[in-house]
Amino acid sequence: MTKPRALILRAPGTNCDRETAHAFERAGAESVRVTLRRLAAEPGLLDDCRIVCIPGGFSYGDDIASGRIFAVELRVRLGDMLERFRDRSGLILGICNGFQVLMQTGLLLPPGPDGRPQATLAANTSGRFVDRWVQLRVADGRCAFLQGISRLELPVAHGEGRFATDSPETCRRLESAGHLVLRYAADATGTSTNPNGAEADVAGACDATGRVFGLMPHPERFVDATQHPSWARRRWSEGLDPAADGAGLAIFASAVAAAR
Amino acid sequence: KVETHNHPSAIEPYGGAATGLGGVIRDVLGTGLAAKPVANLDVFCVGEVDATADDLPPGVIHPRRLLDGVVAGVRDYGNRMGIPTIAGAVAFDPGYVGNPLVFCGCVGIMPRGSQTAKISAGDLVVVAGGRTGRDGIHGATFSSIELSSESESESGGAVQIGHAIHEKVLLEFVLAAAREGLFSAITDCGAGGLSSAVGEMASELGAEVDLATVPLKYDGLSATEVWISEAQERMVLAVPPAAWERLRAIAGDEGVEATAIGRFTGDGRLQLKWGGETAGELDCHFLHDGRPKLSRSSRWRPAAATTASSPATRRAIDLATTLPALMALPDIASKEWIIRQYDHEVQGASAVKPILGPGEGPADGSIVRGVLGRPRGIVLGVGLRHRLGRVDPYQMAAGGIVEAMANVIAAGADPDRIALLDNFCWGECRSDEGMGGLVEACLACRDMALAFDAPFVSGKDSLNNVFTWTDAAGRQRELSIPPTLLATAMGQIDDVRRSVTSDFKRAGNGLYLVGLSRDALAGSQIERLLVGGRGFDGGRVPEVDAAACRGVFRAVARAQAEGLVAACHDLSDGGLLAAVAEMAIGGMLGGAIDLARVPLEMTGDAAGVLDRDAIAAFTETSGRFLCEVPQASWNAFERIMAGVPHARIGGVEAGDAVSITTSAGDTARIPIATLADAWRSLSRSFSI
Repeated sequence: MTKPRALILRAPGTNCDRETAHAFERAGAESVRVTLRRLAAEPGLLDDCRIVCIPGGFSYGDDIASGRIFAVELRVRLGDMLERFRDRSGLILGICNGFQVLMQTGLLLPPGPDGRPQATLAANTSGRFVDRWVQLRVADGRCAFLQGISRLELPVAHGEGRFATDSPETCRRLESAGHLVLRYAADATGTSTNPNGAEADVAGACDATGRVFGLMPHPERFVDATQHPSWARRRWSEGLDPAADGAGLAIFASAVAAAR
Repeated sequence: KVETHNHPSAIEPYGGAATGLGGVIRDVLGTGLAAKPVANLDVFCVGEVDATADDLPPGVIHPRRLLDGVVAGVRDYGNRMGIPTIAGAVAFDPGYVGNPLVFCGCVGIMPRGSQTAKISAGDLVVVAGGRTGRDGIHGATFSSIELSSESESESGGAVQIGHAIHEKVLLEFVLAAAREGLFSAITDCGAGGLSSAVGEMASELGAEVDLATVPLKYDGLSATEVWISEAQERMVLAVPPAAWERLRAIAGDEGVEATAIGRFTGDGRLQLKWGGETAGELDCHFLHDGRPKLSRSSRWRPAAATTASSPATRRAIDLATTLPALMALPDIASKEWIIRQYDHEVQGASAVKPILGPGEGPADGSIVRGVLGRPRGIVLGVGLRHRLGRVDPYQMAAGGIVEAMANVIAAGADPDRIALLDNFCWGECRSDEGMGGLVEACLACRDMALAFDAPFVSGKDSLNNVFTWTDAAGRQRELSIPPTLLATAMGQIDDVRRSVTSDFKRAGNGLYLVGLSRDALAGSQIERLLVGGRGFDGGRVPEVDAAACRGVFRAVARAQAEGLVAACHDLSDGGLLAAVAEMAIGGMLGGAIDLARVPLEMTGDAAGVLDRDAIAAFTETSGRFLCEVPQASWNAFERIMAGVPHARIGGVEAGDAVSITTSAGDTARIPIATLADAWRSLSRSFSI
C-alpha cells in the first residue's frame, strides 16, 4: 500500500512540527514540513498530499489573538487552496495553535446567521498557561480522525484553549449538528479534567464533512508509551510494555487509514 | 550551558529572565556549527516569600512578585521557543532579597563532526535575526557592578528587550542553513553584542566591518552604540561567498533578515568602518591577548563552630507533626505551580517528566530522548546546597555537585558518563576573605571532577552580588548573597525505557536505604525548621565522602541496569522521611519505615540536639538513595550492594499512610493526604 503524504504547514512561531511529522510517520504516512511562504510560492507542493496539518506553537507569537495572523496569512496568501483541498477529499488537522488557526479561518465551524463566528478559543479560566494530562471521550463518531476511538488520555499545553460560543443555543446547535466531537472527561475519581473551563467540555471539533478536525490536546505527544507520566508505574504494576504505542497515535492512524 | 541573568532580573524580573533564557538558547545554537536546543532548565534563588515590608531594603522587589515575574518570563520565552523546560529548583533565603539569582540553562545536540568551525579569509560577516537598537547598552558592565537602591533608575537602559518569535525563526533559519552546510562558523550576539561576537570570530584572521550597514530598529545610533548594543535575537555567521545566495533564500523562507556587514580579511586586524570613515582599528592579537592578567590574593579561615542559642537539651521529635511541617518548607515544597506553566513536553521527546506517577509526585532527574524514535536519552539534574554557603563554601559546592549527580543517577543515568556544569554566584569579592571562599568552592569542583571522572563542560560566574543602601538612620548598609554554587549534571541513558522513577510502584516491595547516614546537621532543613536556620549548637557541616559516594552510585546503577529497582529517589533536602513522603505522594501508595534499621554513623556532635531516630529521619548526608525492590529481587540486590552500606528498612504498603517506627517501637502513622496537602501548600499560595 502506498503511504499517504502529510504536509505539516508552519509559520513563524510554529513549534510542534517535528514531533507531529514524526507521529504521522510512525502511523504509516510520509510527511513534509513546509513554511506558509514556501507553499504560497509553490502551491503544487499540495498536489500529492492527502493530509494537511497545522501543528501547535505560538504562530506569530499569538500577539493579536491565538492563531489570528496565521489564519489571515492563510486566507491572503493561499486563498481558497485549503477549501479546494478539503473538497477533493483531503484531510485537515489542527492541533492546539493549529486548532486556533482553523477556528479563525472559518474552515472548521460555519459562521452564524449574522455571518460572525459562532465560537472561539478564549483564555483559560485560570488565566494561565497549563501543561497537564486530561481524559477525553469521543462524543460523535463522524470524524475521520477519531475512528475506532472512544476514550483516550492526552496532554494539553496552552493558555488560550477555552472553547466558548456566543450563546447556549449556539452550543446546543453545534452539538446536535455533530461538530463537538471530542470532550474532556472525568478521571477515575469522578473529577472533571477540563483544564481550561471549556463550554460543554469541548476539547476538539470537526466540520460538517468530518474531514477537518481541530483539538487542543496534543496527540503527537503520546505516540510512545514512555511519554505518559505514569508509564513506569504501569510497567511495574500492570506489565506495560514500554516499547508500545501511546494512545494518541490512534488519531494519526485513523487519519492515515482515511487517507488511503 | 547554564547562564545567570541576576542583575537584569532584579530590576525587571519578567524581561530579565526572558532574555536570560533567550541568551543561553543562542549560546547553544551558536556552538560549533550549530546545535539544536532540546531542553531548558531554570533555577531561581529569592528572598523568603513571606517577607514583610520591614524585611526589604528600599528599591527591591518583593520576592513573591519577583518570583511571579521571573517564572512568567521563562514561561513566555521558553514556551514560545518550543523548547521543553524540564528541570529546575527554587531556593529561598533572606540573603537573596536584594540580589535574586536567575539561572537559565539549555541543552543542545548536534551531528557528529560539526563541533569545529573553520573560517576562511574572504568569508562574509553576516548578522542575522533581530535588528539593532539602543537596548542593552552596557548590559555586560551592568551585570558586573554591585546593585543598589538606585539601580533601577540608573541602569534601566542596560536591560535587554526580548522577543521570542524573532529568536524562534532565527533558530529555524540557523538549523536549516546548518543542514546544508552554508556557514563556516557561528556565534551568538550576547554580552558585548557585535563587538564580542565579531571580535571573537575574527581573533585570528581579522575582519573589516561597516557598522553603517547593520540593520537598525530606528535611526540615530552612533557607531559605538551599534558595535556594543546587546539587542536580542541576533547571531553572527561566517558565510563563504558561494553560499550567500542560498543562505539568503532560506532566510527569506523563514522570515529572517540576514545582512552581510563585512568580511574576514586574513590580515589580523579588526577594522570598523562607518560608511567611508574609519570608526576603529585594532590589532586582533592585542585585542585578545594584550590585557594584563589580574592577580588577586585570597585567604580562607574556617568558621568557628556555631554558638547560636538552641535547645540545651536533646529533643525527641514528634514525627507526625514534624514531617508535614518539613514538607511545607519552601525549599522542599512542590513547585508544581511553576512546572505546569512551563511546556515541559513540547518536542515530544519527554520520557521522565518533572511531575510523574498517579499521584503527581516529584522526579529526581528529568529525561528526554535525544532523537525522536530512538531510545537514547539525556538526563538532567541540578544540585544546590546554598544553606552551607556562609558556613563552608567547599562543602556547599561539593554537596551540590554530588546532589546533582545523585539526581540523574536515581533516574537511571550511567554514573561513569556524567558531564557537569558549575555556576558560581558570589557576593562580596573585594576582600581576601571573599575571594577565599570562592577559591574553596573552586577546589571542591576540581576535587569532585577528579573523584568522579566527571568533566566540567561549561560554567559561568556572577560576582559582586551585593546590594547597598542607606537605611532610615542614615547608615550605609550592605547585603551579600550566601555564596552559591549551582551544579548541573547531564547524564546519559542508553535506553529511556529502562529509566527509573521515584513514585512507589507496588505494595509488598521492599525499601532499601543505600549509603551511610551521618549525624552532621548543619545547613539541613530540620535545622531550619527547629531553630530557624541559626544553626544547632556545635552543628557539624556534612562532609562529602566522594569515594564512598562513587561506590554507592555504581552499585545503584548496576542494580537499575539489571532491572531490580522499581523506584529510586535520592535523599537530599529533608532527608530520608522527605524522600519517603515524596515517593508515597507520587505513587499513591503507603510505606512503612523502621528508623532503627537505618545504617547511621554517630560521632556524637548532633546527639546533644536530636535523638538518634530524628537524626536517621532527617539528616542530609550526600550520596544516599532509597530503592524500591520487588521481593523476588532482594537476594540479587543485596549481592550487588555487598560492598556498600545498605539495609532493608521497610516496604511499600497498600493504604493511604506512611508509617514510621522508632527504635523504642512506637509507630507514627501519617496520612499521605496530610503530607501531600503540606507539600502543595506553597504552590497553592501562588495559584489564582
